[in-house]
Amino acid sequence: MSEMREQNNRRLTLRLLGFAAGAFAFGFALVPLYDVICDITGVGNPKDLLRASNVQAIEHDESRLVTVEFVADLPSVGSWEFRPVIAEMKANPGRLYEIDYVARNLTGRDTVAQAIPNVAPGKATAFFRKTECFCFIPQNFAKDEERVMPVRFVIDPNLPKSIDRVTLSYVFYDNSTRVAALN
Amino acid sequence: MANTATHDHAHDHHDHKPHGLKRWLYATNHKDIGTMYLVFACVMFFLGGAMALVIRAELFQPGLQFVDPGFYNSMTTMHALLMIFGAVMPAWTGLANWMVPMQVGAPDMALPRLNNFSFWLLPFAFTLLLLTLFVPGGAPAGGWTLYPPLSLQAGDSFPLTIFAIHLMGISSILGAINVVVTILNMRAPGMGLLNMPLFCWTWLITAYLLIAVMPVLAGAVTMLLTDYFFGTSFFAASGGGDPVMFQHIFWFFGHPEVYILILPAFGVVSEIIPTFSRKPLFGYESMVYATASIAFLSFIVWAHHMFTVGMPLAGQLFFMLSTMLIAVPTGVKVFNWCATMWKGSISFETPMLFAIAFLFLFTLGGFSGLMLAIVPADFQYHDSYFVVAHFHYVLVPGAVFAIMAGVYYWLPKWTGRMYNEKIGKLHFWLSTIGVNVLFFPQHFLGLAGMPRRIPDYSTQFADWNMVSSLGASLFGFSQLLFVYVIWSAVRSGEKAADRPWEGAHGLEWELPTPAPYHSWETPPTRSVISHGAMH
Repeated sequence: MSEMREQNNRRLTLRLLGFAAGAFAFGFALVPLYDVICDITGVGNPKDLLRASNVQAIEHDESRLVTVEFVADLPSVGSWEFRPVIAEMKANPGRLYEIDYVARNLTGRDTVAQAIPNVAPGKATAFFRKTECFCFIPQNFAKDEERVMPVRFVIDPNLPKSIDRVTLSYVFYDNSTRVAALN
Repeated sequence: MANTATHDHAHDHHDHKPHGLKRWLYATNHKDIGTMYLVFACVMFFLGGAMALVIRAELFQPGLQFVDPGFYNSMTTMHALLMIFGAVMPAWTGLANWMVPMQVGAPDMALPRLNNFSFWLLPFAFTLLLLTLFVPGGAPAGGWTLYPPLSLQAGDSFPLTIFAIHLMGISSILGAINVVVTILNMRAPGMGLLNMPLFCWTWLITAYLLIAVMPVLAGAVTMLLTDYFFGTSFFAASGGGDPVMFQHIFWFFGHPEVYILILPAFGVVSEIIPTFSRKPLFGYESMVYATASIAFLSFIVWAHHMFTVGMPLAGQLFFMLSTMLIAVPTGVKVFNWCATMWKGSISFETPMLFAIAFLFLFTLGGFSGLMLAIVPADFQYHDSYFVVAHFHYVLVPGAVFAIMAGVYYWLPKWTGRMYNEKIGKLHFWLSTIGVNVLFFPQHFLGLAGMPRRIPDYSTQFADWNMVSSLGASLFGFSQLLFVYVIWSAVRSGEKAADRPWEGAHGLEWELPTPAPYHSWETPPTRSVISHGAMH
């Protein structure tokens, strides 16, 4: 009786330990699963934001003006200067624009930086197309180097009518270990 | 004298127990381990409470008075970690250790040595965590949710915190496995699953939740660890990771976690209310099914903690509606508790007072939860003091009151002695008044726009913050009475009867008082089981 019980206990314990191990694996499985769901729903996928859009001739919509705001963020203060040359502009959907961001390396050494873009509101992301961007590749900076970096974009005229203001922001990461993984 | 002692030992081998430090270090007895869990939880409760008082002292007036903002943030973070993983969870495991074997007619937990291991992991885990207070950069200050990128900017505290969480996780997974095996395999013959007391049922479901989600937390913090030290990019945006993904993984753990904290409370209250209403529990089976439904729903509502990070409308609607759905099984429970009291012959001893306060105040916390579930409203409430008020209402007069109710209720069975009813009631009233003065004004502060996790605030929030801090002192210091009332009961309480509460049901009350060191070594017979259930 007691031996059988012990055997039952052992079997159930092992099964539950297996369950726990499965749950641990599931935690990691959520990572690819998350990308899949982002792909399906088309939200928040950084890979899309970091890819140049192929823009065919799009008709301008002269009647419509969308305000585009430019924002620059740094993950921590002190080691970089990073700003857009203009804070905002009015843009016609369908027309190609180019603006500049300026970055200066204050880290005191040669390094590599990677800009990570974000477009708000999220609904506008799919309609904000960058044909050229300094965020597409890691940026090498010499010690104390200051550089102007362009971004070219076109707003898809199919941008929902309810949106009249789009914010393009970048976080500028100094990161020589991680940038390789991204590209 | 020596002869008599030996003689007594031989005669009374049931109560043979090792003495001194070894009894505790090598403990395999479920009662000893339960006691250690409860004492540990109590120590953590006071440490976490002291941190809460630092927070409330700083917020007593606008401006920076006592601590610098970095340390203040450490206090909010550590307070949460200590209270959740150090106080409430170990207290429940302690109660499960004490009560589950006695309630299902088992001689001990199924895996006594594993039981010892899972307890002794905890002091090590919390030593690691508390060490962070003394390392360069200070204790973790990014909130208990450990959101990156902020948590990845922590100093030397980072690896200590992560390993502490790993140890706590292992401890509670092993504890949970023990409870499941005990309940499924060790029940006395004749005790079917649907004859078990509700405390066993709610703990069984809690244990499954623990086994399912604690490993997910372990995975999430492991990913943080490799992002920090080994250059992976799960969450680090600079390498293509996504910080929002951490929030999804964390809350996939985090929401079931809040039910881990509260489901055993439902069990305790479902034992106490029938006892002091002198009526059987209304709707036993619906209670079981409601608990299971809550547990199931807890897996599909996590994103209501993160409505403001941005998600598709369909996602917002799904998480809003599924969250509101939880109110249905919870409503069933509240209805059943009220129906149990309906026309009952109610008496108001301390455990019953705590249980009734639980019923009332937990429901209030549930209502503010419903408000938070409404997406457009949540956009305003998010990260405000309203959220702080909400989760403290469900956790303090919710989970903590239920733990205290359980301790008062079973203390006579554990120690063989009665606590002082007058002091118990005094403790109850001071706690209940204190907790409401402490947390109710925080609803007003949050609705008026005061953000959480800040050491300083705009002057229009000054009055209610002062009231809240006064309530905090009242609540905090009246917990010393709790310790006193238990201490004095253990030392010099009146002897308690085998069934100190005339309306009490269940196998634990069929045992002599105090419960012998080894109970149910021969399983209770069917007639004892049915007597326990009926009486």
